[in-house]
Amino acid sequence: MPTTEQERSTIIISKPVKKEATKCYHCGTDCITNTIAIEDKVFCCEGCKLVYEILNENGLCDYYKLQSHPGLSQIKATRSDKFAYLDNEDIASKLYKFTDGNNTMVTFYIPGVHCASCMWLLEHMNKLDAGITESRLNFTNKEVTIRFQQQKISIRKIVELLTTIGYEPYISLDDAEQKKSKNYDKKLIYKLGVAGFCFGNIMLMSFPEYLSMDKGIENQYAFLFRILNLVLSLPVFFYSASEFFSSAWAGLKQKILNIDAPIVLALIITFSRSVYEIATNTGSGYLDSMSGIVFFMLVGRVVQERTYRSISFHRDYKSYFPIAVNVITKDGIVSKNLQDLKEKDIVELHNDEIIPADAIVVKGNARIDYSFVTGESEPVMIETGKQVYAGGKQTGEKITIQIVKPVAGSYLTSLWNHHSFTKNKIEKNNRDSIIHVMSKYFTIVLFTLAAATAIYWWMHDPSKILPSVSAMLIVACPCALLLAATYTNGNLLRLLSNNGLYLRDATVIEQLGDVSHVVFDKTGTLTQGSKQFHTTGHQMTETEKSWVYNIASHSKHPYSKALVKFLGAYPIVTAEKWEEHTGKGLYAEVAGNIIKIGSASFTGVTHENENNKPALYISINDKVTAFYITTEFRDDIPQMIPVLHNRYGLSLLSGDNDRQRERLEGIFGKSSELLFEQKPIDKLQYIEMLQKKGQKVLMMGDGLNDAGALQQSNVGITLADDINNFTPSCDAILDARKFGKFPALLRLAHSGKYIIYFSFFISILYNIVGLSISMQGKMSPMIAAILMPVSTLSIVLITTGLGSVIAKRLHLSLKAS
Amino acid sequence: MSALYLLVLASIVVAGFFLMAFIWSVRSNQYEDKEGAAIRMLQDDEIKSIN
Repeated sequence: MPTTEQERSTIIISKPVKKEATKCYHCGTDCITNTIAIEDKVFCCEGCKLVYEILNENGLCDYYKLQSHPGLSQIKATRSDKFAYLDNEDIASKLYKFTDGNNTMVTFYIPGVHCASCMWLLEHMNKLDAGITESRLNFTNKEVTIRFQQQKISIRKIVELLTTIGYEPYISLDDAEQKKSKNYDKKLIYKLGVAGFCFGNIMLMSFPEYLSMDKGIENQYAFLFRILNLVLSLPVFFYSASEFFSSAWAGLKQKILNIDAPIVLALIITFSRSVYEIATNTGSGYLDSMSGIVFFMLVGRVVQERTYRSISFHRDYKSYFPIAVNVITKDGIVSKNLQDLKEKDIVELHNDEIIPADAIVVKGNARIDYSFVTGESEPVMIETGKQVYAGGKQTGEKITIQIVKPVAGSYLTSLWNHHSFTKNKIEKNNRDSIIHVMSKYFTIVLFTLAAATAIYWWMHDPSKILPSVSAMLIVACPCALLLAATYTNGNLLRLLSNNGLYLRDATVIEQLGDVSHVVFDKTGTLTQGSKQFHTTGHQMTETEKSWVYNIASHSKHPYSKALVKFLGAYPIVTAEKWEEHTGKGLYAEVAGNIIKIGSASFTGVTHENENNKPALYISINDKVTAFYITTEFRDDIPQMIPVLHNRYGLSLLSGDNDRQRERLEGIFGKSSELLFEQKPIDKLQYIEMLQKKGQKVLMMGDGLNDAGALQQSNVGITLADDINNFTPSCDAILDARKFGKFPALLRLAHSGKYIIYFSFFISILYNIVGLSISMQGKMSPMIAAILMPVSTLSIVLITTGLGSVIAKRLHLSLKAS
Repeated sequence: MSALYLLVLASIVVAGFFLMAFIWSVRSNQYEDKEGAAIRMLQDDEIKSIN
C-alpha cells in the first residue's frame, strides 16, 4: 500500500512498463510496478523493501549473494500486535526449552526455510540484535533454536524480528501442550552398527575355517577363532536381535503369530546349536550366518522405517489453533491461553484469525471463511447475534465474539471425539499385512514337518532327532520372507516419494494396493486455488482496460492481482486520484473519468448476479462490467478420473452446494455417486457405510473438514500444494503438482504384493537347494557361507529391481525431482 | 605363529574403535540434520564489509 500522502493521491511512474516483468530483488515475485525501489534494486512490495533495508543496515546483504531472490513475499502484512500474547510470561514460558531467568533457549518451527540463504541469515541472528547470543538452524526439520538473554530482548521481540525479516515462526496450541522430542529411534541405528561390526569380524574369523576344510587348521588356532566368534556373537544375539525378540513377544502376548516368532525360533536354535558345537569341539557352528542374517534384517528395517521427518502426519485441530487469544476484560485487552478460555469470554478477532471456540458475534462485520470446517470455499456473512463455529476464519475487519462453548466442546473439535480417532490404524494395518498372514501358515507347516521328521527318526534312529530337527529349523528360517517384504516396501516408499506421494509408514503401501473405492473431496482437492475470470456487462475498450490495469496494479488485494494478470500488460497512465478502501474496493480518477473497482455495494451495483457467484465489479462512469470468479478444476482431472474409473469405484463428497453438479457429472460419469453439502461427520459416515459394504476406501481430501473421513478410510491421502504446509492427520500426503500420476502410483503400490510373492518364491527355491545339499550331508561351512549372502543379495536385487522396472513401465520417475 | 594372537586382538581393537566412533557420531546428533551441515560448511563466518 502506498505510504505517503503524495503516493496515495497520484500515480507517477517514470519508467515504462517492460513487457517482461522485473523480478523482486528480495522474493523473485513478478513486480507490477517499478516504483518500489532502492537504487537499481526493484521490489514487489513495501514489505520486501523493508526486509532489504533491515539487512542492509546490519551488513547482512550476503543473504542475496548466496542465492538470487531468496526471500519470501512480504505482501501479506502482519498485524503489529499479533504476537502480543508472548508478553504474557505464562504463555511464553511454555515455549522455553531452557531458562535460568536470563539465558533462555527457544525453538521455533519456521515453515519458510527453503535455501542456503535462509540458513545463513537465521544463523546470523546475533548480528540483528545484541540480545541474541546464538542461533542454529536444523535445516531438515526447519527448526531454529535461539539462545538469548531475557534482560536484553523479549521472546516477543525475537518472534517479531523473525517475522520482519520474512521468517514468521509457526506457533500453535500444539507447541504449548506437548514437549515430546522428535528424535527418531536411535536404538535401531546402534543395533545395526553393533550387528555390522560383529558380523564383519565373525566373517573374518571364519575364513580359516572355510579355507582349510580338508587339511584342518592347527587346533590351537581353530579354538581361538571359535571362541572369538562366540564372544562376538553375544552382542548380536542379546542386543541387536532384541528388536525381533520384543516384537515376537508382543505378538505372542496378543496371541498373534507374527513373522518375528519363527525368526526368533530359528535364531535361538542356531545360537544354541552353535554354542553346543563349540563347547563340545564338534564343529564351528553357524554364528557367521546368524549374525549376517540379523544384520541384513536390521538394514531392511531401517530402510523401511526411514520416514519423512519434516512432514507431519499426525496433526489434529491443536496444530491449527492459536496458542492464545485476545480477551476483552474490564482491565483492557488480555492475552489468554486457549485452554483457559471460558464461556462468556469476549474475544477480539482480527483478519485471518481462527475462531477458537463456538461463539456469538457481538460486534463487527463477520465474514467467516469456513473452508477448514465445511469445505465451502466462499466466506459467509454472519449478522451480529448469530452463532459462529470454531475453525472458521474471519476475513476482513476486526470483530468481537462471545464464547458460548469451551474449546474442547466445540463443533469442530468434537469431531475428534468420534470413535474413529481412537483406533490405532498402524497396528491394524500391521496385523492384516500379508507377511504376517503368510508367516502364520509358514510356521504351522514348518512345525508339522519338524514333528513328522522327529517322529520318523524316533522310530529309526533316535540319536538323529536333535541334529535333523534343528538343522531343518535353521535352514527354514523365514528371514527371506522378512527381507523380501522390508526391502520391497523400502524401495516402494522411495519410488513413491520420488513421484510426490509421501507415506506415513510402510504399512500404508499394502492398504494402498488393496483399495477398491476412491472418494474425492471437491474444494481444494479437485479444484485449485488459482482464479479464472469471466466477464459480462459493458465491454471495455482498450483504453479503459489500460486504466483499470494501472489502477489495479497498485493494489495488493488478491483479486486486484488476479485482475492485472488477466488483463495483461498496458502502458502507464497517470491517475489524478487513487484511493484504496480496505474491504471495499479501489476508487480512481483518470482523465476526468471516475473508475471504481470492487464489491457490488461499492461500485453501486444493485442487482445481485445470477448463480451467486463471487464477482468483482468495475464501474467506469457508471457503466458496469462484472468479472465472475470461478475456481478451475486441476488440469489433470479430466484425463485422470476415467482412468481411475476403469479400476475403482468413485465418489465425490463436497461441502459446497451443487452449482457445479453438471460439470462434475460430465467428468465422473453417471455411475459415480456425487454428494453435495456434506458436513464433516457426513463424510465420515459415508466412508463407514462403504466399508460396511466390504469396500476398501481411499479418501482424498485437503482440509480439516475431511479429517474425520481421512481417519475413517483405509487410506487417507491429503493433497497439498506445498507438502510442508499444514495438513490434517492422514496416512499419506500427495504433492498436488503430481496429481496426474496418481493412478500410476496406485498401480505401483498394488504391484508391491506381487513383488513380495515372487521374491519369496525365489527364496524358497534357495531353501530347497540348501535343504537338499544338507540332506545329502554335503553342506560345508564354505557353501553355507556363500549361499547365505548370495541369497540375501539376490533378494535385495530382485525386490529393488522389480519395483524400479514396474515404476518405469508406468512412466514414473525413478529419481527424486 | 604366536604373533597371530597379537594381530587378531589388535585388529579387533581397531575395529572396536571404529564402532565407538560410529556410536559417538549417532549420539552427538550428526545424523539429525544431514542437509544443514552440507550448506553450513560452504558459508563464510564473517562478512568482509562490516561497518
